[in-house]
Amino acid sequence: MSQVLLYLLAKVKKLILHFKKQNKMKEIMTVYYMEAKSARVGGRKVAWITSGGPVEPLIAMDVIPVYPENHGAMIGASKMGVGLCETAESMGYSTDLCSYARSDIACATVNGGPIGGLPRPDMLVCCNNICGTVLKWYEVQARYFDVPLFILDTPFCHVGFAQEAKRYVRKQLDEYINFLEKVCGKKMDHDRMKEVGKLSLEGQRLWQAVLDTTANRPAPMSAFDAFYHLALIVTLRGTPVVVEYYTQLLAKMKDRVAKGVGAVPNEKYRLLWDNIPIWPRTRWLSQKFAAHDACLVADTYTSAWCGTMKYIDENNFFDSMAEAYTRIYLNIGVDEMARIVIGMVDKYRVDGIVMHSNRSCKPYSLGQYDIQRIVEKERGIPSLMIEADMVDERSFSESQVATRIDAFMEVIKQRKS
Amino acid sequence: MLTEFHDALKDPAAYGKRLKEEGGRKVVGYFCSYTPEEIIYAAGAHPFRLFGAGDGIHLADAHFQSYCCSLVRGALEGALAGRFDFLDGVVFPHTCDSIQRLSDVWRMNVRGHFHLDVVLPVKLNTDSAKAYMTDVLEKFRNDLERKLGTSITEDGLKKAARTFNDIRGSLKRLYELKSENPGIVSGADLYAVVKASMIMDRDRVVRLLPGVVRELEKRRGTGEGEEGKRLVLAGGICNHPDVYRVIEEAGGVVVWDDLCTGSRYFEEVTEGGGSPVADLAGHYLARPVCPAKHSGLYARAERLVEIVKEKRAAGVVFLFLKFCDPHSFDYPYLKKALDEAGIPSMVLEVEDRLPSEGQLTTRFETFVHMI
Ligand code: SF4
Ligand code: SF4
Repeated sequence: MSQVLLYLLAKVKKLILHFKKQNKMKEIMTVYYMEAKSARVGGRKVAWITSGGPVEPLIAMDVIPVYPENHGAMIGASKMGVGLCETAESMGYSTDLCSYARSDIACATVNGGPIGGLPRPDMLVCCNNICGTVLKWYEVQARYFDVPLFILDTPFCHVGFAQEAKRYVRKQLDEYINFLEKVCGKKMDHDRMKEVGKLSLEGQRLWQAVLDTTANRPAPMSAFDAFYHLALIVTLRGTPVVVEYYTQLLAKMKDRVAKGVGAVPNEKYRLLWDNIPIWPRTRWLSQKFAAHDACLVADTYTSAWCGTMKYIDENNFFDSMAEAYTRIYLNIGVDEMARIVIGMVDKYRVDGIVMHSNRSCKPYSLGQYDIQRIVEKERGIPSLMIEADMVDERSFSESQVATRIDAFMEVIKQRKS
Repeated sequence: MLTEFHDALKDPAAYGKRLKEEGGRKVVGYFCSYTPEEIIYAAGAHPFRLFGAGDGIHLADAHFQSYCCSLVRGALEGALAGRFDFLDGVVFPHTCDSIQRLSDVWRMNVRGHFHLDVVLPVKLNTDSAKAYMTDVLEKFRNDLERKLGTSITEDGLKKAARTFNDIRGSLKRLYELKSENPGIVSGADLYAVVKASMIMDRDRVVRLLPGVVRELEKRRGTGEGEEGKRLVLAGGICNHPDVYRVIEEAGGVVVWDDLCTGSRYFEEVTEGGGSPVADLAGHYLARPVCPAKHSGLYARAERLVEIVKEKRAAGVVFLFLKFCDPHSFDYPYLKKALDEAGIPSMVLEVEDRLPSEGQLTTRFETFVHMI
């Protein structure tokens, strides 16, 4: 056992050294996945958790959180989605299901994908604040891995957060801690939880500050950069690494602003992105828009991980998690989403909106047409709807999308001239 | 005997309108069998279940993408076309992601009646979920009182529970009779009774059903009708009465189901014992679970296998609406459970329309011959 441990540690160290030479983000993520994959050797537990789930208690319990959705994004970005989705379909899963779920379910059985599969979970933590899909998906994985599943049920907020819902979620936070204590065989250290809460909030503040820099003209970074830098606030929220990374990133962006350096060399048009990125095509899309001197300066997706800070009580992070995790962007009514979009239109001074109608994600996409109409009516700016999927490239027609982007940009250009 | 049920289904909206005009009662539309209709009934209003609009979806296309299920798109179509104008209110229970967004879009675009969300728990098997369920139903009761300008009494709720228990009990009895003697009533007729029971005046339904039960009891042993291969129909809602006929023509017969317009609706009744609202909460937690809710990891498969065994069925026909996430996610595991128990199954995925009759017949015939 200890020999295996030493061997693995040496291997991790070597890899870390190797990646130090590369960029910081890759380094952090590599160390993180290496750690997760060798968790068992180090005597640590691994929890799979949904992207909108409360990770802080896991960090406080020294459990390694792993995000199948982040993995899904990696699968999409490395263009391995179609193959894995097809595998899921051959297992009986309909092509109409969320492609994160499909590729992850398939990946678990074949250990494929860009990093050879995720480390086996010791437990699953599913928070349904993003969708009903995660409930079904985690049920599938709980059966497959035969590990305990905790469901944090965050009632949907059509028009606000009801008192009884608040009580229910708050009660479940205690159940969550009990669950973790049981699976981990140790008590929660509440002082540590407080520290993690502070770090989480600090990370969220910094991430929001980074995103805020794009209100400048030209924007020092684009939504495509945000898609990249997002990984840490999702996966390592509540750790010092995140704070350190975003502090540096913020300084870098401020420097670019001061020097007037833009993400798009000749930024003339500013656009807002809605929905999850089309992972296999982010580069193509970014270049496509840049060729029109258009920069996607902000998006509704990456801001979801810092969008509920107003509900967090700095001195009582744990209790306030109930509200902060329930009122996230995908768990609110379409009209409230439209108001948030309008807020972003004003804040980032955008000339148009690009909406990804994402077949995979019903809570994000159903209602987009109404948001589109509301924003067009209230702010008079045009919008483009792209039909696609975040991972499954079979739903993407490059020529069609290109034509539509060109036509849309013509409209924007005419309006601005 | 069944004409009244069939008539109500011919044009449910016309039925609802008539009930409102003649009965002077408020009519409250609702989706999904998780709506606590007892509370609507106890408020002196008429609970009227809404189904997809059937043929032709155009107006809803401005609000929902094509990858939204036809039940949701069809319902919105009906609302936008003014077909539900007679409703005094509409109730949206929280179930799947699509119904969730339907509620939002409806609230933002359809005028003329009140709108209530009943944000039920998704997890049903914990104490805190039970407390929350009770809170939510209590809130629904208060909301309804305000919207309808009436008061809902404890006695009213108790009577409602009894009425709906009686309806559920009768429906279950009808299913049992059919299962024991498949020839005594056609699948389409039984389907009409169940569906109409969610649309018609419940005081009328509760009086009519015992008569139907007696009639079927009389028909027992008369050897009426052919027996086919015994099948269980499983899925979400069945909006296609023709399926029963085509199955029967192909040599099968549906002897039970696991549908929300079927056994999931009537299999459990409300037990007394606590406060009326708490009893109702208990009912909605304990009834056979729908895939949009969680009540353990194996509950649905165990129940399905049990149904097949108990009803001595030879196979299962899954009937799914295309783009329905909760049901599609459960399918592989349900199928596996059936396979392991040696029970053959087939899937039929439909949109707002059924596939052509020829195609359907061939598929059912192939399946029936195989089992
Ligand atoms: S349905 Fe949407 S929110 Fe849910 S896992 Fe898939 S992409 Fe994420
Ligand atoms: S459960 Fe399925 S069929 Fe029913 S509304 Fe939701 S997606 Fe549509």
